[in-house]
Amino acid sequence: MTDTAVESRREARSAGPAPPLRPQNRQFAVLAVLVLLAIPLPLILPSAQGAVAVRILIFLIMAVGWNIMSGFGGMFSFGHAAYFGLGAYTSAYLLVEHGVSPWVGMAAGMVVAAAVAMVIGYFSFRYDLKGAYFALATFAFAEMLRLVTTSSDAVNGAVGYQVPLIQGSSVWQMQFPAGSPAYFWIALVLAGGAVALSILFRHSPAGRYVVAIRDDELAAASVGAPVMRHKLLTVALSGAITAVAGAFYTQYYLFIDPQLAFGSSVSIEAIVTAVIGGIGTIWGPVVGAVIVGSLADVTATLLATPPEFLSFLQGRSGLDVILYAVMLILIVRLMPKGIFGTLADKFSERRRR
Amino acid sequence: MSLLELSGVDKKFRGLHALSDVEMSVSEGEIVGVIGPNGAGKTTLFNVICGALKPDSGSVRFAGTDVTGRKPETIARRGMVRTFQLMRPFASMTVAENVSLAAQHHTRGAERLRDRAMEVVERVGLEEWAHRPATELPTAGLKRLELARALAARPRVLLLDEVLAGLLPAEREPVLDLLAELREQDGTTLVFIEHIMAAVMRLSDRVLVLDQGAVLATGTPDEVTADPRVIDAYLGEEPTPHADA
Repeated sequence: MTDTAVESRREARSAGPAPPLRPQNRQFAVLAVLVLLAIPLPLILPSAQGAVAVRILIFLIMAVGWNIMSGFGGMFSFGHAAYFGLGAYTSAYLLVEHGVSPWVGMAAGMVVAAAVAMVIGYFSFRYDLKGAYFALATFAFAEMLRLVTTSSDAVNGAVGYQVPLIQGSSVWQMQFPAGSPAYFWIALVLAGGAVALSILFRHSPAGRYVVAIRDDELAAASVGAPVMRHKLLTVALSGAITAVAGAFYTQYYLFIDPQLAFGSSVSIEAIVTAVIGGIGTIWGPVVGAVIVGSLADVTATLLATPPEFLSFLQGRSGLDVILYAVMLILIVRLMPKGIFGTLADKFSERRRR
Repeated sequence: MSLLELSGVDKKFRGLHALSDVEMSVSEGEIVGVIGPNGAGKTTLFNVICGALKPDSGSVRFAGTDVTGRKPETIARRGMVRTFQLMRPFASMTVAENVSLAAQHHTRGAERLRDRAMEVVERVGLEEWAHRPATELPTAGLKRLELARALAARPRVLLLDEVLAGLLPAEREPVLDLLAELREQDGTTLVFIEHIMAAVMRLSDRVLVLDQGAVLATGTPDEVTADPRVIDAYLGEEPTPHADA
């Protein structure tokens, strides 16, 4: 191109400011502020809301896990209950049957979930399952785990596990008196860690390859992106993070059974949270978790003690699922990139002008 | 010694014989044009060379090793990099991010990666687009991005699939200059598929003519354009009308 042509083009449009060299620094700063702001919450909130806050953090960890595989990686999972449940069952089994600390159980659950994710992933990728077929395979696998645990006496079948209660409180046993703020703080550390991991991953060379492979697999491979290795890394990380949510869930509610662990509603919660917040963004799962987590509580209260004119709702279930469905449809129609994704796009567009 | 060597490469798609017994040899620093009518198997040839497709039989050797049926990423990392006729940008990334992704297998560190990417972005003349989403580029820009991304991967052999198609004559010149410069300055070996005969004549040391999956002729541009079989199958009676099609 001749110099004059370059000059005139340069005048015609400005390139806009170069993005920061390390966008992760700003994201880590935002995360630190959010965590700091959240620390006093359990001391301020009434105890009922405190429970909602913990629920929100569990949703957050699940959604961050799902988002790594399905958002960054573009491999749409309809079966994240598998990893949530493996985290829950591994830690519950080790604790109840062998008296192993839930922390160790959580780590073991992460390893199991990551390994299983890689095995499912390997065969799915090897035989080129994509889109709806991949989603179906993940769904089928979660269902299979639900049925297997339900019918296996080795893991208490349909009864599931009750976490044995201890006297007083113990960090090592991850058990505190009901309503203790310690549950929230532990969940906060885990959720903060999950988001930090997600930021770290997204901006690492591996994370950039993963996004490129999502955008165009052959083009990415053609400039040297090792496809299989990065897909497996993505599903392993995603499974491991989701397992953390399952292990913590078991400790917090002191109970797990096949339906709670591997039921499709778990997978749906992970998806809805990430989709409403914004697929493929760092903050989407955070925004989504606050909204979906609070809504889950509102619907539960509404069903337990409905106001006069809604008395027919008394004792029914499924309202939350209906609400999720309506929200999903609205979000997909009106804000296909989710609440955070859409707002972030608007903002960056305005800044470039 | 030849850097890239194909022998007896055969590829069938159901009934269609896309490549039949293709022999090809490219020396280091050479520029080879690949021409032929639509459907002659030119892109299939690139797909087989770069590992996107496995040949049914035959072998592809690159820099002394057999790379037949190896994964595309393995072949790219060894230094054989291709562009796509239908542009395939990473849609979620800016132009600079597209380019830096291709450099990341040999360059580490955020600063060095950015500098390397911007160097290449400037070289293809996309600097004013660097931080804009790749999807906003017009066709000519996307073609340059294909080239930039391939260059950022540090190719020893660069395989170009119609980088000039869809460009205005004025837009072709700088690309042709850049390709010539690549050989002179970087010592890059080029294999390029092209329909624009003026470009083929000007750039190529040697031309390979494909027709219905088979090598119809190979030789210097002048030899090939004078070959009656080539005229018959591809160029038509007068080679000149194609010159600036």
